[in-house]
Amino acid sequence: MASQEIYYVPEGSKWPIVGSLSLFITFMGGAMMFNNAPGALYVLVLGLAALVYMFAGWFADVISESLAGKYSKQVDVSFRMGMGWFILSEVMFFAAFFGALYYARVFSIPWLGGEGQGLHNGTHEFLWPAFQAMWPMNVMPDPSNYTQYKDTIPAFGIPAINTALLLTSGVTCTFAHWALKKEQRKSLCLWLAATVLLGFIFVGFQAQEYVHAYKDLDLTLNSGIYGSTFFMLTGFHGFHVTMGAVMLAVILFRSMKGHFSNKDHFAFEAVAWYWHFVDVVWLGLFIFVYWV
Amino acid sequence: MSTLAHDDHHDHKPTGLKRWFFSTNHKDIGTLYLIFALTMFFVGGSMAMIIRAELFQPGLQFVDPQFYNSMVTVHALIMIFGAVMPAGVGLANWMIPLMIGAPDMALPRMNNMSFWILPFAFALLISTLFMEGGGPAGGWTMYPPLVLQTGNAFPFLIFAIHFLGVSSIMGAINIIATVFNMRAPGMTLMKMPLFVWTWVITSFLLIAALPVLAGGVTMLLTDKYFGTSFFDAAGGGDPVLFQHIFWFFGHPEVYILALPAFGIVSQVIPAFARKPLFGYASMVYATASIAILSFFVWAHHMFTVGLPIKGELFFMYATMLIAVPTGVKVFNWVATMWKGAMTFETPMLFSIAFVILFTIGGFSGLMLGITPVDFQYHDTYFVVAHFHYVLLTGAVFALMSAVYYWLPKWTGYMYDERLGKIHFWLSLISSNVLFFPQHFLGLAGMPRRIPDYNIQFADFNAISSIGGFAYGLTQLLFVYIVLKCALGGKKAKPRVWEGAKGLEWYVPSPAPFHTFETPPKLTKEMLEH
Repeated sequence: MASQEIYYVPEGSKWPIVGSLSLFITFMGGAMMFNNAPGALYVLVLGLAALVYMFAGWFADVISESLAGKYSKQVDVSFRMGMGWFILSEVMFFAAFFGALYYARVFSIPWLGGEGQGLHNGTHEFLWPAFQAMWPMNVMPDPSNYTQYKDTIPAFGIPAINTALLLTSGVTCTFAHWALKKEQRKSLCLWLAATVLLGFIFVGFQAQEYVHAYKDLDLTLNSGIYGSTFFMLTGFHGFHVTMGAVMLAVILFRSMKGHFSNKDHFAFEAVAWYWHFVDVVWLGLFIFVYWV
Repeated sequence: MSTLAHDDHHDHKPTGLKRWFFSTNHKDIGTLYLIFALTMFFVGGSMAMIIRAELFQPGLQFVDPQFYNSMVTVHALIMIFGAVMPAGVGLANWMIPLMIGAPDMALPRMNNMSFWILPFAFALLISTLFMEGGGPAGGWTMYPPLVLQTGNAFPFLIFAIHFLGVSSIMGAINIIATVFNMRAPGMTLMKMPLFVWTWVITSFLLIAALPVLAGGVTMLLTDKYFGTSFFDAAGGGDPVLFQHIFWFFGHPEVYILALPAFGIVSQVIPAFARKPLFGYASMVYATASIAILSFFVWAHHMFTVGLPIKGELFFMYATMLIAVPTGVKVFNWVATMWKGAMTFETPMLFSIAFVILFTIGGFSGLMLGITPVDFQYHDTYFVVAHFHYVLLTGAVFALMSAVYYWLPKWTGYMYDERLGKIHFWLSLISSNVLFFPQHFLGLAGMPRRIPDYNIQFADFNAISSIGGFAYGLTQLLFVYIVLKCALGGKKAKPRVWEGAKGLEWYVPSPAPFHTFETPPKLTKEMLEH
């Protein structure tokens, strides 16, 4: 609800259209890559560079406006709502992939294994009568097109360590917030640095796990529905952790410059929310992808 | 009558290209959205003309079947994502801040980006028509494995969908933040005009549904290029999984198109019946119920694909349930008109036609929702007739109604009422000539998405095509009416329609570039609806 005397409407800005244009170039470059079009890589790199330029420029403008005290309480609330609903949209994006995992495990694999009546075991009966339902599924209904893997990644190895790392990073993030509220800048920066570090260690372990899966286990994107769901879920999550860690690093840099006060630090909170969201998604992954 | 006066010397506008490219003004961005939507309406419409020309006679006349199918596919994508949705967002941009006493949208720069994505995204999509292998031709529903046979157009199609999703999600976030954070003091939630309510609820649907589509098309992309097997039974996946994911998005999407139309009609009918909206609170709750239920009915699009019988029953009953809140709404619109002092200006004509024709579309939807009979109707022209009644004589008629209703507020001039009425009657007759015979074609067994047909379907197809051409031509009249109104005419008063309620009628016509720079003081009269 409006509480102040004068409403704030920002000045016009070139960044939105620069953002649209750079996304356009990026998508075009990406699509050209898939078609093996000449020069595709240059287009893609140009688009990504333009995106980075847009993010840097847009955020720089917003930060300087914020530091100049232009933003009212109402603007702050709009930003908070924006971030919150953005995170919900991210949740729904992951929901699609969790849904695919659930569907494969509960419906499609048992049906392919002959469960159910009528149409459902038709595929089993007429196409692949030898196929037996199992999870993890390392014998495909039609093995000819797929890479069979030797083993899956056990939950209580690197994934368990990664769980501990991410949960700890959530705690250090909260410690940083407490320090910020008490205006202890040094402690804030240390805890934030620890959070960033834990995030990047997580990503490093994840990368190592991927190398192990591809090189030693023959577990790839091409390993049937198990490999598909495994790599797409952990891959998108890993991408989000990387983004979150970069965002945290920016916040660390801004904390060192003293941009935040104990009352006014929405950017910190937004990134912290994002970080906790990434954390919660990981718990879902650890339980449903690696463990049960 | 009091107006919320405004100092003209504050009304400085940026000029030239900067005004449109760098805009943070909800009215300018709204205008851009509406112009874009109208342009896309004609681009998608000309594809529909190609379809109807081809179907005018049995046999192949003008285009080859592959191109015909890409016309069907791209027509749908353009009309949904390029015409109806942007038109709705354009109206939301223009009207929501005016209706709730806000200075602008909550996040004006993001608002500009939501719009400027659209021309680029459609450049990606439409460019596919000129690529090797032709445009996407597997239907807008993009079912695998068929869609995976698309040529070079494929990654462009997928990325265009991602791109449009980004735009819609940003637009939805903006509307939610605006409505929950920017209302003038006294504008409580249950005082909000119904158009604002329907848009908030639509925004929730957008945020929850579009990312799921983004995930689904991403899986299509990796299935084609990275060897994953989400939709390939040989690797343990299932092509039907895509249909589940798609329709989990697709059914809420139907309401994303329809709910803003409900909101428009709920503004227009009380204004011209000169009575308060009947059952305001029940309208809000019915809208919310429809939105919630829309997430539990998706498999009624897939009855014939081989679902377990328990699933079919669940989705059939859940679908029937949606008829209840929809019935509440139709009842309320009729009850609003009951014993009202009605006049029939163009917006009212379009809204009344909406109530009747949307209800026809709703009833044919109910028929399709009954599992055993859907086995007959599935993928026939009956389905085509159904969703065009809901979307064209439904959503598009409501959008037309909204344009006539608010055009004087935007331009400051009255439109030509006589031409408006001619536009309405021609649209009404031609659209029914166009789509009503398609019910019969479908019931007789004519399948959709095929450029040729059996000789027995020839007469109804010829009638339908004549209706189609007439409808297409009639819309040129609409462009003329809008341009004529924008360029001049009788001056519009602040309160354009004597019976209209709501805050937007307390600002001058045309609405000044900046409204409500300070929170307006609202009187009881201003909060009526």
